[in-house]
Amino acid sequence: MTANEADLLFDLTLTDEQRMNRESMQRFAAAEIATLAKEVDAGETPAAEFFPKTAELGLTLLPIPEALGGAGMDRSPVSNALILEDLAHGDMALTLGSISPLAFVNTVLDQGTDAQREKYLPLFCSGEFKAATTALLEPRATFEPSNPAATASAKGDGYVLSGTKSMVPLGLDAELTLVIAGLEDGTYAAFIVEGTPQGMTRTAEANMGLNGAQLATLEFDNVLLPAAALLGDGSFDLQRFNDLSRIGICALAVGTCQAVLDYVKPYCNERVAFGEPITNRQSVAFMIADIAIELEAMRLLTWRAAARAEQGLDFHEHAYLAKVFCAEHAMKIGTDGVQLLGGHGFCREHPVEMWYRNLRAIATLEGVASV
Amino acid sequence: MINLELSKKHEETFGQVMMLAEHMMRPYSRKYDKEEHTYPKEMEEVAKLIGGARSNIAGKREPVPEGTIVNGGNMGAVVGLFGLCWGDVGLFLGMPGSGLGNAAITAVGTPEQVAKYGSSYAAMCITEPGTGSDSANISTTAVADGDEWILNGEKIYVTDGDRCDTLVVWATLDKSLGKAAIKSFIVEKGTPGCEVTRLEHKLGIRASDTAAISFNDCRIPKANILGSAEVATDAEGRKKAFGGVMQTFDNTRPPVAAMAIGVSRAALDMSRELLQAEGVELKFDKKPGNLSALEAELCQMEAEWQGARLLVLKAAWMADNKMPNSMEASMCKAKAGRVGNAITLRCVALCQSLGYSEAYLLEKFARDSKILDIFEGTQQIQQLIVARRVLEKSSSELK
Repeated sequence: MTANEADLLFDLTLTDEQRMNRESMQRFAAAEIATLAKEVDAGETPAAEFFPKTAELGLTLLPIPEALGGAGMDRSPVSNALILEDLAHGDMALTLGSISPLAFVNTVLDQGTDAQREKYLPLFCSGEFKAATTALLEPRATFEPSNPAATASAKGDGYVLSGTKSMVPLGLDAELTLVIAGLEDGTYAAFIVEGTPQGMTRTAEANMGLNGAQLATLEFDNVLLPAAALLGDGSFDLQRFNDLSRIGICALAVGTCQAVLDYVKPYCNERVAFGEPITNRQSVAFMIADIAIELEAMRLLTWRAAARAEQGLDFHEHAYLAKVFCAEHAMKIGTDGVQLLGGHGFCREHPVEMWYRNLRAIATLEGVASV
Repeated sequence: MINLELSKKHEETFGQVMMLAEHMMRPYSRKYDKEEHTYPKEMEEVAKLIGGARSNIAGKREPVPEGTIVNGGNMGAVVGLFGLCWGDVGLFLGMPGSGLGNAAITAVGTPEQVAKYGSSYAAMCITEPGTGSDSANISTTAVADGDEWILNGEKIYVTDGDRCDTLVVWATLDKSLGKAAIKSFIVEKGTPGCEVTRLEHKLGIRASDTAAISFNDCRIPKANILGSAEVATDAEGRKKAFGGVMQTFDNTRPPVAAMAIGVSRAALDMSRELLQAEGVELKFDKKPGNLSALEAELCQMEAEWQGARLLVLKAAWMADNKMPNSMEASMCKAKAGRVGNAITLRCVALCQSLGYSEAYLLEKFARDSKILDIFEGTQQIQQLIVARRVLEKSSSELK
């Protein structure tokens, strides 16, 4: 049913369930994520030690049908976007890692066969964190998410997969990896890769930021996959996958930018120069006003795309434009966050330089965080 | 439940208004842009059909039953304006019933005042030669004299000031008492002492007359004051009194932001059409970085436009549901004001000589849009309001 058929009203009210869920996500983000973000970013604490803690949130459990051991809630792109937003307020990198199994689950729910759901989804209902992820990006300057270069060709009963994927969250540890590749007939497909088959190598990446997401480069050199590894009936809807991912990436941007705003506000109110708080000056105050304005627009665009996806309406253009908007403004907010703290912002004592580095990835990321 | 699509009713409203905009406004866009100050008579028919798009904007905030959500007059108004100002923002502003004064009368008028003046063509007189954004500083005076008020002063930038029937005039009862002494008064056109002294020649919205009006010992009935004649004496009361006057803006800023959404949509649609004829089409397939510069820029503008539109809808939705929306009203005005202007200007450049030529309307849209980032509070005033809210600063701290 579409929104118009149901005659829904324009409404920004959360359901009671979403409200309660937000509260617990926000509590967790403040207590468990934000406190750890800097240590993980600096490499003092391995992110792998953190991820098991997220098991208590039951992220993957919720959308899995009861028959498969899950909680049987309907998969909700809106609720997922809210979760990502709230967790990313704590830290974008750790959130990206934490929700990658959810992105895998969501995609299997969305486009997998019954057999694949039955085989894989119960693994995410054990109450323990299970590392899984999705891999689309490739290391090429003009990479186009609608046209990945990795290839899979039929061989015997299965497929042979070749190509390189980059910026894969949990790329080192993922036990299940959904890899997107092109087929010989020009269409695209997704493959569930179990463990590390022969010909697959994992290399830890060093990036500008997102250190807590365990990003890795995965190389597939003529990796043999069984026929059952092909997700769904073979016709993978790459655009839909990209769009659902874009909504998730936008939600990460919204949460992180909210953290920037929440940080610069008290800092600049307390910072005194020329005898008064710097926020008594319009040049400073207006920068903060603009952060608040653009952030709100980012949020509404993200929510709208998510709500359309949830209602079964076409949401391609909305997700695409939300990502365009968020990529632009998240970085502007990131750079203004550093600017507002001046020299202090440039020093790693404050988190704004980390947010600056992490937010640069909003424009780059594709094919992750699918809601 | 989160849903950012329009209700069926407002979707229909939008569709109908777009029909009027296309067939009853656009054909006159150039004519009245050329013939500045000529009354666009054809718009009377449009005004009748839309029933005065402005009339329910500032409608009295009736209580909404707890736990229910409405999409009411404020949302209806901005949705209507998306369409009407896609048609022509100048013609809309020059249309009877579009006056801001109507919003003020409906919002704060007594039942008698609403009955008498609610459906008149009412313009708003705030700005003075020496007072723009600092509207607390006005110096037009109102002095009680028997059964009458005597008004003296000069007002400028009165939209529809010449062709309206009624004026809502901001004046001070005693300038030394500051904001609290500022009241608004209803003046019928033709009252002795009230005179239109000049019409402005403008960059855009030329179909809308913009008048200077002088008040020289202009006597009006005592009953024509909007709100109470009391001047609050304590700080709290003073703040509240002026806040009440300013609250009108919480209702009128989203509609002005909606005008910017309408005119910039018009520019985008026209540009995309002209560019499509050259084989440039927006397909939203590749990442902006992998598109041509032209396509990437169109994408960016579409994204900005969508974001600004949602901010407008949110502010109007809050007003409909009795949520305080001062900050959101200013947010949407700031964003739509600057985005609307930037898009219309950029569209001229993208379409090159076609954009610059009067053979098309792109150059007109670019001229019309500028005012929307100025009146009803400039960009900078909106930023100031948002900044004060976000930073929890008073107007004496953040000047």
